[in-house]
Amino acid sequence: MDVPQTVTLPATYSEPPVLVIKPSSGWSSLALHEVWEYRELAYYMLTREIRGRYRQMALGPLWIVLGPLLSIAMNSIIFGTLAKLPSDGIPYPLFNFAGLLPWTFFTSALMASANSLLNSRGLISKVYFPRLIIPIVGVLSNLVDFTISFVIFLGMMLAYGYAPGWGIVLVPVMLLVAALTGMAVGLWVSSWIVHYRDVSTLLGYVTRFWMYATPIVYAASVIPDRWMPLYKLNPMTNIVEGFRWALLGQGRAPDVYFLVSTLLMLPILVSGLYYFRRTERNIIDIA
Amino acid sequence: MTYNAIQIDNIAKSYRIGMADKHPVTRGEAVRETLLSPFHYLRTRLRAPEEDEIVWALRGVSFDVKPGEVVGLVGKNGAGKSTLLKILSRITEPTSGQAIIRGRVGSMLEVGTGFHPELTGRENIYLNGTFLGMHRAEIERKFDEIVAFSGVEKFLDTPVKRYSSGMYVRLAFAVAAHLEPEILLVDEVLSVGDAEFQKKSLGKMSDVAKEGRTILFVSHNMAAVQGLCQRTIWLRDGQVEQDGPTGEVVSNYLKTSIFSNAERVWADLNDAPGNEKARLVAVRVLDGKGEASGQGRIEEPLTIEVEYAVLEPDTVLNISVSVYDEKGIYVLASPSNTDEVWFQKPHPAGRYLSRVVIPANTLNLGSYSITALLVEEGRYILAQEDGVVSVDMVELGTYRRGYFGYWGGIVRPLLDWQTEQINTDPAVTAPIEAAQVD
Repeated sequence: MDVPQTVTLPATYSEPPVLVIKPSSGWSSLALHEVWEYRELAYYMLTREIRGRYRQMALGPLWIVLGPLLSIAMNSIIFGTLAKLPSDGIPYPLFNFAGLLPWTFFTSALMASANSLLNSRGLISKVYFPRLIIPIVGVLSNLVDFTISFVIFLGMMLAYGYAPGWGIVLVPVMLLVAALTGMAVGLWVSSWIVHYRDVSTLLGYVTRFWMYATPIVYAASVIPDRWMPLYKLNPMTNIVEGFRWALLGQGRAPDVYFLVSTLLMLPILVSGLYYFRRTERNIIDIA
Repeated sequence: MTYNAIQIDNIAKSYRIGMADKHPVTRGEAVRETLLSPFHYLRTRLRAPEEDEIVWALRGVSFDVKPGEVVGLVGKNGAGKSTLLKILSRITEPTSGQAIIRGRVGSMLEVGTGFHPELTGRENIYLNGTFLGMHRAEIERKFDEIVAFSGVEKFLDTPVKRYSSGMYVRLAFAVAAHLEPEILLVDEVLSVGDAEFQKKSLGKMSDVAKEGRTILFVSHNMAAVQGLCQRTIWLRDGQVEQDGPTGEVVSNYLKTSIFSNAERVWADLNDAPGNEKARLVAVRVLDGKGEASGQGRIEEPLTIEVEYAVLEPDTVLNISVSVYDEKGIYVLASPSNTDEVWFQKPHPAGRYLSRVVIPANTLNLGSYSITALLVEEGRYILAQEDGVVSVDMVELGTYRRGYFGYWGGIVRPLLDWQTEQINTDPAVTAPIEAAQVD
């Protein structure tokens, strides 16, 4: 009778982790599970980012409050009072603020992603971690600024006698889309910025143009009807209008255009993720 | 179990370097080039790289490291040591070949990775520890030990930007030294901090080595390599030149001429620097054995030889040499003032050889370049050859006495020290008077 030959390892014995290092070819996998494994690092990088950002400033976190207030005051004088841009009957400062809330968050998500590889090269060249953490942390750190601005906005709203409707529950969804849109563009751009610094300059003009293509300083009602379908393919148009609708009861609720523009953005995001992975591998070898 | 902790199989790594820019000759050309530069840039990026644009940092490196082995990695700058560690740390990918690593890897390629100047010492310990691959619980467990080792207890809640550079480095090293991976990759981080801390960190390294951890240790400090590693691998031009017992490999590494520019000879006298009165023929820098090896040892004298031909009889000449370090700092100059026989004397036509000796224990570690001058009548420079030869100073560590760290200074003379006990009572208030009473 045959006795099966089995080898039992002692309970304390554990096979050490095996790591194979070899050149990856073409498009490697996103390794999102690895991002999750490094969540503790992401957490510390996030606190580092948030704490470090305002510590060297005399006014500290007060800038999170002052920043939007100053730009709203400026916009109100120039676009509201002098240029008399339409604000659909809402007090201009409030109208402008509701637009700036998602827009500022979007541009900071875009910039954080776009500059992630370039600004973290020191770190990248000295220690291994999934590089995708950098843009993710960048986006999350701006969430803090957004939250503070949002609280100020709510206060200002009450002061003007407005109360948010039930639509406020959709704010996080719209915010997520804004973050993903910013990342989608930022991830593509991040690799280019490393190769060609000109991209960074160009990006400044692109976001400025994008802002004027979004109803931030004016109401969407000024756009001629025949341009409307195209105008609404800009995900940020839908988000900004959605914010006004949710908070001020004016503007446009997230509709089919919101859905379509989000769906159109997703392929850019996914391809951006892959493109980022591809560049990240050999980022320290460039220049 | 007989497995290898690190198994490196024919790893190669190439970098693409940009082509040298051609300088425009005319203004029109300059304008055209500026306008066309984006296209030119794209073209060079998009086409396949040409052979002279590729630099091979590693060309097929293979070796195995057994668990618990402490292996030194030596070689001159650019030999590929750091690139290899970066590949093993997953910071960059190899171009070909593969490496298999069994066990948790910790790398110390730099101290203080991720330190943020605005954050406190406490916050940075967590941050840096996480960057090095430690978990929160692990850092918490070792927190007190790290703080005690660094000696910055009092400043834990001060932003590190207010730290002195010594404190900064001590804290950074303390975090790294308390990593507990099975495999540790260390790149020249022991050369930080002051003497006392140096000794402490090297002691910590040898403790780590004794605990049976696998260590790959890169250093330019042969004394530290010899103190820590049983086995050493010498990398040269991206290949393994020798792999064996440390003593043997290190001594071979030190022996070999690393730079061949220890000698410069002008074969054609008509082309040699100088003029119709006198011309340089050769400049050499010789090591302690009198060989033009390109490598000198701190503990041995260096000789600089200047050979020249006097073509016009009775030319009044003297020689001068200058030494610059790798940062371009002017270390010393030595005109041949002390040459009683020929200094600024009329030289009959013929060949001459002037020698000057830089005594042992003068230059510090590093590369030095030597400039030679042929001077007429103490005023007119007939020939000046900047950086005509160079020498790489290494050390045997004879006078280090257990300290293996950074020994600063442009020069490194061995000065005379004497200490005497002047009183047996440590509490004596006026030591000078007390000494006089004796």
